[in-house]
Amino acid sequence: MSTPQLTRPKQPLFSRLPVISHLKKSVGLQRGMLIVGVVLSGIFLLTSIFAPLLAPCGYSQLSDDSGSFPTQEAPGAKHLLGTTVGGYDVLSRVVWGSQTAVTVIIVSVAMSLFLGVVLGLLSGYFGGWLDRILVVVADAIYAFPTLLLAIVISIVISRGQSSFWGGIFSCAFSITVVFVPQYFRVIRAETIRLKAEPFVESAKVLGASSARIIGRHIFKNATRTLPLMFTLNASEAILTLAGLGFLGFGIEPTSAAEWGFDLNKALADTSSGIWWTGVFPGIAIVLTVLGLTLVGESINDLNDPRIRGRKRAGRTPVRATQAGPESPANPAEAGKS
Amino acid sequence: MTTLIEVPEAEPGIVAPKSKSKAGGGLGRYIVIRFFLIIPTVFILVTLVFFLMRVIGDPITASQGGRLPPDVLAQRIHDAGYDRPVLVQYFEYLRQLITGNFGTTITDRRPVLEVLTTFGAATLELSINALIVALAVGIPFGLIAAQHRDKTPDALLRFFAILCYATPVFFSGLLLKLTFSVWLGWFPVAGRASTRTELTMSALAAPSGIYWLDALRSGNFTALGDIASHAVLPAIALGLLTAGVFLRLVRTNVIGTLGKDYIEAGRSRGVSEFRLVTKHAYKPALIPIITVMGLQIALMLGGAILTETTFEWKGLGYQLVQYLNARDFVAVQGIVVLLAIIVAVTNFIVDIIAALIDPRVRY
Repeated sequence: MSTPQLTRPKQPLFSRLPVISHLKKSVGLQRGMLIVGVVLSGIFLLTSIFAPLLAPCGYSQLSDDSGSFPTQEAPGAKHLLGTTVGGYDVLSRVVWGSQTAVTVIIVSVAMSLFLGVVLGLLSGYFGGWLDRILVVVADAIYAFPTLLLAIVISIVISRGQSSFWGGIFSCAFSITVVFVPQYFRVIRAETIRLKAEPFVESAKVLGASSARIIGRHIFKNATRTLPLMFTLNASEAILTLAGLGFLGFGIEPTSAAEWGFDLNKALADTSSGIWWTGVFPGIAIVLTVLGLTLVGESINDLNDPRIRGRKRAGRTPVRATQAGPESPANPAEAGKS
Repeated sequence: MTTLIEVPEAEPGIVAPKSKSKAGGGLGRYIVIRFFLIIPTVFILVTLVFFLMRVIGDPITASQGGRLPPDVLAQRIHDAGYDRPVLVQYFEYLRQLITGNFGTTITDRRPVLEVLTTFGAATLELSINALIVALAVGIPFGLIAAQHRDKTPDALLRFFAILCYATPVFFSGLLLKLTFSVWLGWFPVAGRASTRTELTMSALAAPSGIYWLDALRSGNFTALGDIASHAVLPAIALGLLTAGVFLRLVRTNVIGTLGKDYIEAGRSRGVSEFRLVTKHAYKPALIPIITVMGLQIALMLGGAILTETTFEWKGLGYQLVQYLNARDFVAVQGIVVLLAIIVAVTNFIVDIIAALIDPRVRY
């Protein structure tokens, strides 16, 4: 609303992008939350990209020209955030850790998106026995404690210890198995709803093949909720990765920096009052998850006409919020119109 | 766009047969159908876990490989039957499960069921404590947030809720330990009780394993104080994780019910805003909490593993991690399967409670 002249010419492309369209719709507190989230996520992303430039040392570096690093040194001029019990530089481990986290998020979310969307579309569109089996399996996995499942998968893939890519993939795959049922459920529900829409019926009448209907008509309409799921799952992926690392199923300190692993090692330090080894990786986890969750939450609220605050309307009459399932503003902006 | 999809965290954990015909069917029928849904759930998980754990080879090589000479190792693998075809082993395993045999751990040769009864009580105690914290924090704060929707208290509380979610249990545990145990010295650093209390507790006749219950029954109030001081920090660490979920849930649902016609009717009759929230909108908003609590059991079990490791709380999760580190995969498999059954059964109970409270759930 604030910059109509600037954005209007770009309307078809730029303003339809998930987060940007939501930013335009948002107002007041919600806009604040969204902006904080975007900023935090942006910092996280930039840190991970520029980790080699930002980190003063390597993630597994134990010494420099002036000799070995001291162990458990308090934050100071040379090591801004101190050093760990193993002699690693805490700041460098925190910075490099963002790279590990981003890699795991990308790999795991890409895998679960692909599997979940494909299975959800097929299951929802064709129904029948395939649908029933997949639903039961998905529900069984969904009811299971995330972390336990991730532990089991991680044992299977890497037997607990691994190199950088081995560790990344075992973590990512553990997370994938946990997430696929969620994507599957959402996409399946949307597919079933869309299957009954008139435009699918007309496509059928015109003789379109199942593949074309699924790929063209249903897929593009069923994926509207994906930005929301992506952000929420990205934050959950970080938490699962950290949990695995904390339990000792993460990535070896010599092959990558991982926040959960560092927290595990820091646990023993706390009783002697050494706080910097645990607090900084912990804060990194919290801020990252916070940023992603704020973005996800805001998108969620903005997509929901019952929760969304209105622009300049003051106190919204309650009656007006009980609109039909299709909110007036949302589908046109967030999805393909 | 259906509302179910838009609010994933409020999505109930009911695996209820939604597609069943709407006509007829009382509570009894619902319970029976819901009960039979446990079986495929558990069966799928057991199958999944079994085959996954067999992909990496036999459990004896995993835990003892390299330590025993090859011929002894081969002999032990043969004795345990791990050299038979996997399918034969699978059916043997299923047969054992039905008779209540969850296997024997390799490292300390204890029946898995015994591990559960020894350490399960500690985990249960932790979960109950955490649930109390979660409800005590989540519900009142959720009501406040809903009442002051989109104002400062709401903003702060919602931020608090997200912060609860964003903080891993082991980090909040570490911070709590650092602040209250190491710096302030108010609470002990780790464990369920001091050594003396532990000894008193194990000397009790027919202990339930839940320490505060045992201390209350034996009227030992020194022990009770000791137990309580040990329980505070883990309960807060695990409870806050769930409190955030409850807070958001109460807020969303109360806001939802506040938009209903009967609230508007109450408002037009002059019922105060406070009374509207606490009396009229509150109760219907609690129903989703009960269903979500079922899902929270799963989340809490995951959280309990991390909390127990953080606070050296000797429960099932702590023990699981010990077995994991010892690569005792028979024990791991047994505990995982047991937990799967517990989760499935609790979900069943929660669904039944939800159906008792809200007739709309029944089909």
